[in-house]
Amino acid sequence: MTSSALAGYLIVSGLLLVIGLVGFLVRRNLIVMFLCTELMFQGAAIAFVAIGRYLFDYSGQVMVIFILTVAAAEAALALALVVLLHRQSNTLDSDAFGELRE
Amino acid sequence: MVAMPAVPVNEVLQSVNLSWAGFILWMPLISLFLCGVCAVMKVKTKAPAIITVICLGTSFMLTCFLWQSYDQPDTIHLLDWLNVEWADGSFIANFSLYVDSLTLLWMLFVTGLGTLIALYASEYMEHDVGKGYTRFFAGVSIFLFAMSCLVMADNLVVLYLGWEGVGFASYWLIGYFYQRPSAVAAAKKAFIVNRIGDVGLALAIYLIWSTFGTVQYDEITTVLASDNFEMEYGGWTVHAIPYLLMLAAFGKSAQLPLFVWLPDAMEGPTPVSALIHAATMVTAGVYLIIRTYPLFMLDEYALDVVAWVGGLTALVAATIAMAQYDIKRIMAYSTVSQLGYMFLGLGVLSSYGAAYHVFTHAFFKAVLFLTCGAIMHGFAGQLDLRRLSGLRKMKGWKIVSYTMLVGCLALVGFPFTSGYFSKDAILAEAFITHGVGFEFLGWLALFTAGLTAYYTFRVWFRVCAGPVSFEPGDELHGENSASFHPHAPRFIINFVLIVIALGAILAALPYFIPNETKGITGGWVADMVHDSHGSAGVQKVSSGDDHHVHLFGMPIHTAMYFISAVVGFIGIGFALYFHLIRRSAADKLRVKLLSSRITRWLPTAMEHKWYVDEVYVALIRTPLWILGKIFSIFDRYIIDGAIVNGIAAIPRAVAKWFSPLHNGAVQSYGVSMIGGAILIALLMLYLPEIVEILQSINEQSGAEQTTAMLGGGQ
Repeated sequence: MTSSALAGYLIVSGLLLVIGLVGFLVRRNLIVMFLCTELMFQGAAIAFVAIGRYLFDYSGQVMVIFILTVAAAEAALALALVVLLHRQSNTLDSDAFGELRE
Repeated sequence: MVAMPAVPVNEVLQSVNLSWAGFILWMPLISLFLCGVCAVMKVKTKAPAIITVICLGTSFMLTCFLWQSYDQPDTIHLLDWLNVEWADGSFIANFSLYVDSLTLLWMLFVTGLGTLIALYASEYMEHDVGKGYTRFFAGVSIFLFAMSCLVMADNLVVLYLGWEGVGFASYWLIGYFYQRPSAVAAAKKAFIVNRIGDVGLALAIYLIWSTFGTVQYDEITTVLASDNFEMEYGGWTVHAIPYLLMLAAFGKSAQLPLFVWLPDAMEGPTPVSALIHAATMVTAGVYLIIRTYPLFMLDEYALDVVAWVGGLTALVAATIAMAQYDIKRIMAYSTVSQLGYMFLGLGVLSSYGAAYHVFTHAFFKAVLFLTCGAIMHGFAGQLDLRRLSGLRKMKGWKIVSYTMLVGCLALVGFPFTSGYFSKDAILAEAFITHGVGFEFLGWLALFTAGLTAYYTFRVWFRVCAGPVSFEPGDELHGENSASFHPHAPRFIINFVLIVIALGAILAALPYFIPNETKGITGGWVADMVHDSHGSAGVQKVSSGDDHHVHLFGMPIHTAMYFISAVVGFIGIGFALYFHLIRRSAADKLRVKLLSSRITRWLPTAMEHKWYVDEVYVALIRTPLWILGKIFSIFDRYIIDGAIVNGIAAIPRAVAKWFSPLHNGAVQSYGVSMIGGAILIALLMLYLPEIVEILQSINEQSGAEQTTAMLGGGQ
């Protein structure tokens, strides 16, 4: 893989991260925010796998598998939380869950 | 006064065969335990009284046996208590009894009167059967145990145990009617005032131990009799010890200025007043001084101070007693006054007179208190002598009236009563002994004897003589005051009154018992005191001193017999006129004194007890109260406000700065996270550059140490 090809992958990865970040900060719907964090995960994962391929180093791929595992666990937990929160106050707006603020 | 003690040092033998004497102490303790059992079983009968009377009676019998088998001072070892020895000293205070004649003299009337008064109380307290009855007799038992400890101890530490024990028993029994606020206050007052004296005793014991290296009586006298005593022990402590012991004695025996607790102690049931606050406990101070008499010889002025305090207390208390209306209170002040006589006796080197007066006073004052109690009991708490009259003509009150008369005559020192001989022993000695103003004190005591005669017979003429009339008190227990009938005492009270009144009469007899010891006069009591530590104060036949002292052309003792009789008659005469023949004259005199500007202070001050309580409030209570307020403000605003709450405010203030971060919006958390991540990333990218910039700044300012630190950080 040439360095110019790597740049393409990294651009895509950066775009995914920024889209996820912006989405996380501007949206209020819990599920959308959750999806945005998934997007950021994938952005990071692409960067890992691309740089791993560029350096002929498998630890990049290992990292990706690890990220996928964490993401799966996080999805299970976060979705359960979202369901519970929805049951509690019948809404998915993140502003509705500010009771623990100072 | 000479510095060398005149104490016979007796060979004190360890005795085995007298160990049964320990039961004199254990019997009251057994009684206390059984009363405790009664309390647990919620006994609703007179069982506690029976138990107590039997136990105390046994104690008295044992004391009598001990007296019969007594021939010389003896230590009876009961059990080891404090027993520490080291290389160059020791501290030995075993639970042992020291039995000499002084101990026996005291124990005879303590246990004897204790038994009789417990018997009296079995009827007197019967309205409380099932409620406070057990508590009362438990208190009497613990008192007798503590008093026996005090008197029979062979060292000062066990004496101190008893000393505190009687103080506690006194507190317990004064506060017997604990629902009544005045009784609780009186109990507290007695306890706290006594504590002042107890501090003196504790310090004295410490000083005695540090000076003489022992707290045992017989060893102290051995040290005192040693040849090189002056050289080895001539420090300041031997001068401080008598004054500290004095403080203790004045507290316990209610002398100026610590006498204020005793009149208030009359809040307790009357048998308690008779037993503890007249006959036995308050004489503990006299006992302590006789026991430590050799130590008082070590300071030139110690006994003079004792004499003056005693003489002045006798006068002050007698003047207060003249102006009171509560007969029990009059008796209380009379007790203070008579205790003053005893201390006067001790001070003028007549420990014999003091001990004899203790002995006679125990009987006649007990009978006076017990008759007051019978009156109070029969007239629903009425004690005001203006509201009672002519008791001796009422049915069932004859015994009370005439036993009271016996007590009054003995208290006055009427010729050939017991009080006559014991008081004269003190008065005559005041004229014989050389000391600071002792002759003046003698005249003062004679004047006080006149006042005593007046206030004593004021009570008797008002209450027992004159026309029959009475008003019941306020403890009617549901009876109507209009249809009120006084209930005269029954068999037991009358029996006890007669026995103690007989005792008061017979207490004159010891004076006529010929002395066993050669060269002294004064009868049996003189013998008893002579064989003990108080021997310096026993009158010698051939001392020659008293033959030089003449008064009105007669030897002093003969003169005293006449003068005190005359003084007594004058006092009784005044009382007869003002309180029997023309009762209105007393009120007229009072009004006359009050109306004149010059004499107004006299009745006012006497009725207000010379404002001693008020002086206490002004000198001690108010400053302490102000100090307490200052401390309270300091506590509230400095300790609580500045320190405790101040420290607690710090985390709260810090939290104020950071709490806006936790605003509950997920996005703001996200922003701070990303901000943090970006900062870390920037730091990692540009760390070498940042370090370089910092290094250049430090080199410019020339601080090399900082550079080294940062270099290490690289």
